[in-house]
Amino acid sequence: MDAFLYDAVRAPRGRGRADGALHEVTALRLSALMLDAVVARCGVAPDAVDDVIWGTVTQVGEQGGCLARAAVLASGLSERVPGVSLNRFCASGLEAVNMAAAQVGCGMADGIIAGGVEMMGRVPMGSDGLALAVDPTVAMARHFVPQGIAADLIATEYGFTREALDALAVESHARAVRAWDEGRFVRGVVAVRDINGLEILARDEAIRPGTDMAALAALKPAFAGMGQGMPGFDAVALMRHPHLERIAHRHTAGTSSAIVDGAAAVLVGNRAFGAAHGLRPRARIRATARVGCAPTIMLTGPVPATERALAAAGMALGDIDLMEVNEAFAAVVLRFLQAFDADPARVNVNGGAIAMGHPLGASGAVILGTLLDEIERRDATTGLVTLCVAGGMGVATVIERV
Amino acid sequence: MAEFRTEMHDGVAVIRWDVPGRSMNVMTRAGLADLAACVDAALGDGDVRGIVITSAGRDFAGGMDLALLAEMKRAAGADPARGIFDAVQAIHALLRRIERAGMDPATRQGAKPVACALPGTAVGIGLELALACHRILVADRADARIGLPEIKVGLFPGAGGTTRLVRKLGVMAAAPFLLEGRMVAPEAARSAGLVDEVVPADDLLARAIAWVRGATAAECTRPWDLPGHRMPGGAPYATAGFPTFVGASAMVTGRTQGVYPAAAALMSAMYEGALVDFDTALRIEARWFTHVLMDPTAEAMIRTLFLDKSALEKGARRPSAPQGRVARLGVVGAGMMGAGIAQAAASAGIEVVLTDATADAAARGRDTIARALDGAVARGRISSDRAAAALARITTASADLRGCDLILEAVPEDPSLKAEVLARAEADAPGATLSSNTSTLPIGDLGRGLRRPEAFVGLHFFSPVDRMPLVEVVRGPATSDATVARAFDFARHLRKTPIVVNDARFFYANRCIIPFLNEGVRMIAEGVAPALVENAARQLGFPVGPLQLIDEVSVALAVRIARETRAAQGRAAADDRADRVILALAEAGRLGRKAGAGFYDYDAQGRRTGLWPGLEGRARPDIATLRDRLIFVQALEAVRALDDGVLEDVREGNVGAVLGWGFAPWSGGPFAWLDRIGADRAVATAEALARDHGARFDPPARLRDMARSGATFG
Repeated sequence: MDAFLYDAVRAPRGRGRADGALHEVTALRLSALMLDAVVARCGVAPDAVDDVIWGTVTQVGEQGGCLARAAVLASGLSERVPGVSLNRFCASGLEAVNMAAAQVGCGMADGIIAGGVEMMGRVPMGSDGLALAVDPTVAMARHFVPQGIAADLIATEYGFTREALDALAVESHARAVRAWDEGRFVRGVVAVRDINGLEILARDEAIRPGTDMAALAALKPAFAGMGQGMPGFDAVALMRHPHLERIAHRHTAGTSSAIVDGAAAVLVGNRAFGAAHGLRPRARIRATARVGCAPTIMLTGPVPATERALAAAGMALGDIDLMEVNEAFAAVVLRFLQAFDADPARVNVNGGAIAMGHPLGASGAVILGTLLDEIERRDATTGLVTLCVAGGMGVATVIERV
Repeated sequence: MAEFRTEMHDGVAVIRWDVPGRSMNVMTRAGLADLAACVDAALGDGDVRGIVITSAGRDFAGGMDLALLAEMKRAAGADPARGIFDAVQAIHALLRRIERAGMDPATRQGAKPVACALPGTAVGIGLELALACHRILVADRADARIGLPEIKVGLFPGAGGTTRLVRKLGVMAAAPFLLEGRMVAPEAARSAGLVDEVVPADDLLARAIAWVRGATAAECTRPWDLPGHRMPGGAPYATAGFPTFVGASAMVTGRTQGVYPAAAALMSAMYEGALVDFDTALRIEARWFTHVLMDPTAEAMIRTLFLDKSALEKGARRPSAPQGRVARLGVVGAGMMGAGIAQAAASAGIEVVLTDATADAAARGRDTIARALDGAVARGRISSDRAAAALARITTASADLRGCDLILEAVPEDPSLKAEVLARAEADAPGATLSSNTSTLPIGDLGRGLRRPEAFVGLHFFSPVDRMPLVEVVRGPATSDATVARAFDFARHLRKTPIVVNDARFFYANRCIIPFLNEGVRMIAEGVAPALVENAARQLGFPVGPLQLIDEVSVALAVRIARETRAAQGRAAADDRADRVILALAEAGRLGRKAGAGFYDYDAQGRRTGLWPGLEGRARPDIATLRDRLIFVQALEAVRALDDGVLEDVREGNVGAVLGWGFAPWSGGPFAWLDRIGADRAVATAEALARDHGARFDPPARLRDMARSGATFG
């Protein structure tokens, strides 16, 4: 496939609540800032790209109404560049990149900016509606449970202890702290500035340095109440997993991804696009995959998505140097490691969403950029990004330096 | 004769519901036409300023004539869904005419006030009709019941009750009435918002007429007919409504295990209806209601839980013999069952003499009853006056059973002890009917030593007596018709549903439950993950799994049954693999809930904390096969009970199974379930199970014959 990554930028992630640094920033402005940043860094003309494909999950209010087009018009891009918003839940940012790669690869377009935004502190999750959870013809028939229940179900089903989950979170924070301390994020992160050029946020805000097992052990399970009490989601989940007597509620706020505001943009183009604009491709997109999987346990999609992407690339997991598996919940990553017997030292090497946060629609593009920068820093060759997705889906992308 | 008729009260049309020959009104096809005629005449008459809808009887209505639903379906011929939908839409149109009452939709003026005056009980479509009126007044009769119990027979309120109640109260407040079929007294109905006013019974009509005279235009417009109406508690995608709707779906899914189509349809009617205007919501409700009526579950549940149950209660299987009311009951044995039966009888107004081996034991039994009655008062189930009166009817002072019309023994299951107790009772009260509450011992054997075995009968109550609705009336080889009739009447007096069965080991219910329990234990012996066994039973709609049920009745009892089965029927009938598990459990001292350990572990308060980790099964066979095994092992035994003559009537087999041991209520009972899947498929599945799991699944000859002939039980 002739689709290349020319550059990737992201905003630092702000805590997604009223006292978070990005709480004052609109989804539109953060989107436009990312578009301008990637255009400026690559030095391409305002009308150089054919489209902006923008992932946002909660497309309502300020994030609704095709935010992609509004972001183009609010940025320095030409009005001749259109925009399209998409929603593949938590993998929207990566799906945007994959769709861009598909269009570029098949000749529909030469260059596309892909990415996404999610201001979780400003536009609450679920406020755009969710027939999946509410309409009885699917929620009852397909045994819908919230993601936290699904994460605990994975932990129960695959035998991940509370300690194992907590240990993964400790490592996520430690790796994120080290990455910042060693300047590994300098290349990819663009500080968010106000209309006067004053800096608002330059560094991921949700990381808790010094997070240790003792601190995490003090946290209460976050999903036991809704599971065992009212309305009793565990009984629903057990209908699909009847060999289990009960669901062990092991995830806490500390082993779930942080709620944050964030955005990221990736410039995807064919070889001619680079030549025309004097850009050297940083990596090639070797394969992409999207899968559906069991909707109740929901978050196991990274495994089949990875299998399918690797098959499409003609590779095995051993051929991949570094991996980003979105830390929606600790069990999601542990399940990936278990299924592939993967080396934890090559997965989420600079920490993940548990430490830095998971701005839903942006995350796929965020961790793709993190992976790209790290592959180059280590002078490695191949990388894989994968995310679990609500409703029982998974998305994966394999990249390779050129 | 018209089922509704109008009389004028000085400009107010009073429409009275009066179905001839019925003690309680039910809505019939003719009734709908009569109601429409009365309503249309009143609305079209310029001299009529308002309407009161009420009843000529003591109550308002018991609901829809459920036989009519089946009739609607049949009447539509080749396109039953169309027939039902159109009929339901016609009901909506009528109730909507009442609700709009001639209002000009543009100005929202001109509606004639319509009040509904409920003299007593208003159930099902009775309440749905009231909900379409502008004002609901109820007489202050504490014994009246207001509610929408449709869900209990596999339906949901389909005459606008679902749409109106959700818009009136919101999903959260409407849920107990719609989803659980809760029935309440008038005052509770008022505080819940189901009705508007509770008034003295004597003033009911006058107050309703007065309201009609004074009603303003605003009072004659339903909130949902006003622009900008918002659903209380929030619509599905409103901030407040979202978690309610998500939670309601989850709660219903978990509780029903997905086997009750009416619950899912109700949820969809509520959800989809909440997203649109009122008239569209009614159309949606009609589509889902039609969908439920087209599902075999509703038909089976209506038939078993309403039509057949009512027929049996009315005496379809009672031998013809004069009514013999029991005024004085003797209960020998003041343990849990004896005390429970004594309490039920005393609560029904019967004088009870409660005795035991010692005066102390009898007194302890009475104390148990006093505590149970206190509990019932605390939960608001009965008034403290009624509880006190019931307790006062129970005497323990004398062991004198003279003057008792019926004597029931509930002593431990020891044949010689029972024989001794019965012989003494017969001597004490020579004219009394004698009965035994044995759950396992043949009545013929127990009655052998009696002078009048014809006056001896089995009365098998289930535990806990106050909650279990079934009684097996066991006819021994010598039991006379008059004795069976008296036992039957006694069970009815206690408001239980009696089935009349013939005398054989374990009668009907236990005969079928024991194989269910054994099958669960056998799965444990095979190394199946124990949770999978329990969940397979739950997915069939059984309230508890076989392992939990054994813990409840006690592992010791299971051991005894295993030993006795071996002794009585020989090695062929013995279930070695299952028995070994039970014996090992017993040897480990794990004797069930009361022992604080069984298949489950228990905490100090006796709450289950989890399956005993000592059950090491990890195997995960296909749950569909486990479900088949658990349900077939019971259904085939029910067929054998019919073959053996223990059961004489399929209706009793169905009603007895659902009420007696909670056999998959959605199915309508084992025979209804076999009819539903078809004898040919049942035979094929049973043969496959027999091949893989043993001869206990061999289909009985009767079922094979039915598979060939295409016959059904029902």
